[in-house]
Amino acid sequence: MNTIIFRTIAPLIVATMLVFSIYVCLRGHNEPGGGFIGGLIGASAIAVLGMATSATHARKALYFDPLSFAGFGVLLAGLTGLISIFNDNPFMTSIWLYLELGESTVPLSTPLVFDIGVYLVVFGTISSIALGLESDEGEEP
Amino acid sequence: MAAPDLSAAMIETATLPTDWVVVLPLVLALMGAALLLIVRQSRGLSFVLALVSVLAIIACEITLLLQIFANGPVSMTMGKWLPPFGISFTADAFGASFALAAAVVTLVVLIYAEPEQPASVGGGSFYALVLLLLAGVTGSFLTGDLFNLYVWFEVLLIASFGLMVLGGRAIQLDGTVKYGFLNFLATTVFLLSLGLLYGLLGTLNMADVLRVAPQANPAAMAGVAALMLLAFGMKAAAFPVNAWLPASYHTPPAAISALMAGLLTKVGIYALLRTLVAVLPATRDLLEPVLIIIAIATLLIGPLGAIAETNLRRAMGFIVIGGIGAVMAGIALPNLAAISGAGLYIFHAMLTMTALYLVAGLIERFTGQTDTRQMGGLYAANAPLSVLFLVLVLAAAGVPPTLGFWPKLLLLQGGLEMGGWIGGLLVSALLLNAVLTLIAGTRLWAHMFWRAAPAEAVPVDRLPILPLHWLGTGVLFAMIVAAGLWPNPMLEVVRSGAADMLDPARYIAAVGLAGVTP
Amino acid sequence: MDYVLAALVGCFVALGVYLLLSRSLIRMLLGLVILGNGVNLLIFTAGRLTLQVAPIVPPGLDQPEGPIANPLPQALILTAIVIGFAMFSFLLVLAFRTYQSLDADNTDTMRLAEPVDAPQPPLSY
Repeated sequence: MNTIIFRTIAPLIVATMLVFSIYVCLRGHNEPGGGFIGGLIGASAIAVLGMATSATHARKALYFDPLSFAGFGVLLAGLTGLISIFNDNPFMTSIWLYLELGESTVPLSTPLVFDIGVYLVVFGTISSIALGLESDEGEEP
Repeated sequence: MAAPDLSAAMIETATLPTDWVVVLPLVLALMGAALLLIVRQSRGLSFVLALVSVLAIIACEITLLLQIFANGPVSMTMGKWLPPFGISFTADAFGASFALAAAVVTLVVLIYAEPEQPASVGGGSFYALVLLLLAGVTGSFLTGDLFNLYVWFEVLLIASFGLMVLGGRAIQLDGTVKYGFLNFLATTVFLLSLGLLYGLLGTLNMADVLRVAPQANPAAMAGVAALMLLAFGMKAAAFPVNAWLPASYHTPPAAISALMAGLLTKVGIYALLRTLVAVLPATRDLLEPVLIIIAIATLLIGPLGAIAETNLRRAMGFIVIGGIGAVMAGIALPNLAAISGAGLYIFHAMLTMTALYLVAGLIERFTGQTDTRQMGGLYAANAPLSVLFLVLVLAAAGVPPTLGFWPKLLLLQGGLEMGGWIGGLLVSALLLNAVLTLIAGTRLWAHMFWRAAPAEAVPVDRLPILPLHWLGTGVLFAMIVAAGLWPNPMLEVVRSGAADMLDPARYIAAVGLAGVTP
Repeated sequence: MDYVLAALVGCFVALGVYLLLSRSLIRMLLGLVILGNGVNLLIFTAGRLTLQVAPIVPPGLDQPEGPIANPLPQALILTAIVIGFAMFSFLLVLAFRTYQSLDADNTDTMRLAEPVDAPQPPLSY
């Protein structure tokens, strides 16, 4: 895994995969895709980075601890479910907001935010496991 | 775009803010766990946040219990979809009181374990995992949907795996392998039964299953129920599939094994009670002979194992198994007294088993040993410890002035009401279990406290018992004694829970499926 | 078609049980995964197989025009796959760590928590 070809190409692959993972996550509301699969693609990008450099380097590149991403995702998803308490609806009822931007309408909704939460949970957990397996004395997931 | 008519699929009335108490305990636990995951580098902050979350959960659950007591079961269906389509959370007196007991036990363990967490970086991961475990347990107690129950089982399983290996000593890895493989197998079997049930009925909402189950083929339903019995029996450590419990529960630190002994098997046995007695009553009758055999065997094998065991916490593990047998006896005897007895036993076992493991942890700290053969003379060295242990052992056996007496009494009453040789058999097994547990407990007590201290061959590292240890154990102990002396509120709660289990009309009405014909 | 899939589920479960009866942790783990896949296939079959269109509501409509496939089993299976995957990865790491620290893949030699030659319990009180 230490060939010069792999190490040179890796940053390009990682950047492309990360952008693609966000694209897949956002397109998921109306077409195949979504937070889960997006998170998996993002986590595999981190795994590739860990393989090309080292687990320590990948952790440093993430800046925050991978499990903190997961925690933040759960928090985000939970909060979007709680919003519906304010308009007399049960937990997890979706709320939509249509933003008129010039000619196009941008639909924003709580399911979208929930999906971003799912993305972060999957991204955080899977990268944490992958980096734990890549490092020599990693901790348990 | 004209607004479509959605009245056939969506709830169109406003949801009352008071209904939120059904989901709030769970949401708080889950979000508390998430927050703790973020701040887990700081041990002090984690502890405070965990305490605040658990106290908030307890407050919500007390509100929930009061509301159930006033108006019957409370239900909320997610996302405005009508019940069979949306995921329902439904709490009756059983679910709410067990969730409350789970939160109280968690609070006690948090206090007890605070001095034991490493001061190094990441010392807060214990708290995140405990809150995640509490989220799984609370979800299992409050959910009204069988597939959702499966999800919460897995959440608590993941959290318990993490807790069990925390620290990573070799013996813990050994215990976790056995615990992990068998429990993962159990949830897979549960999923298998859910797949078959969905194929038969086309629904997994508990109230809806209750309505449509009588129309399904009874033989196929018996197969589904048998698979559930196997799955939950493995989770609860009932007789033929109990070997994983004494192989694993003594391996993690005492606070963690106390939490597991208090919560995990009880969730398994509660799920069995809920599915067999409340959701599939006709099928339970078909399985009755099997249930009776399992109940008697579990009642006897637990304390017998404890008598033959010298490792303190492994012996406690066998006593936990004996307690599961008492609840199984309640499931095998479907009358009001026995079901309330089973419910009260789950409540009692959550508190008492946790307290027993916590005291066992104190004894291990004080002596630096895990084997009772190397202990002795503790009565002279530490008298309060001996009183704590003796009273808790009496509670586990069901001796009168303690909390353990009341559920045994209700179960015996249920057995006598049932009559016939089956009732007689279960009554004698329950009495024999009490006697054997008493023998096992007093034998351990005599070995540890009464016998003269053995000559110390090898120096051991004794650890001091800190004020927070005494506080955690003392709070739980006081609750057990108080509830034993004044059992009326708990008796009323379990009577109402058992009544709702045996006559599900109020439960179905709460979910909102009352007038709907299948 | 149902019969073919039912037979396939049977094969998966049989293979899973066979591997679970082994003493090697890795084989047991593979057995659990195959058993889990069999169960997922069972849920899929139990949700009734149809050759109709995918359960997607066409744009501009509130409900699908004709009969569609049952969308619920997919949701159930997806959840089960995700959870099963998390469990699998945890147990894989656990088996690896156990192998490193106990030098054992065979469950028979894994007796740290339950010593084989423990002395008899004392007869006295």
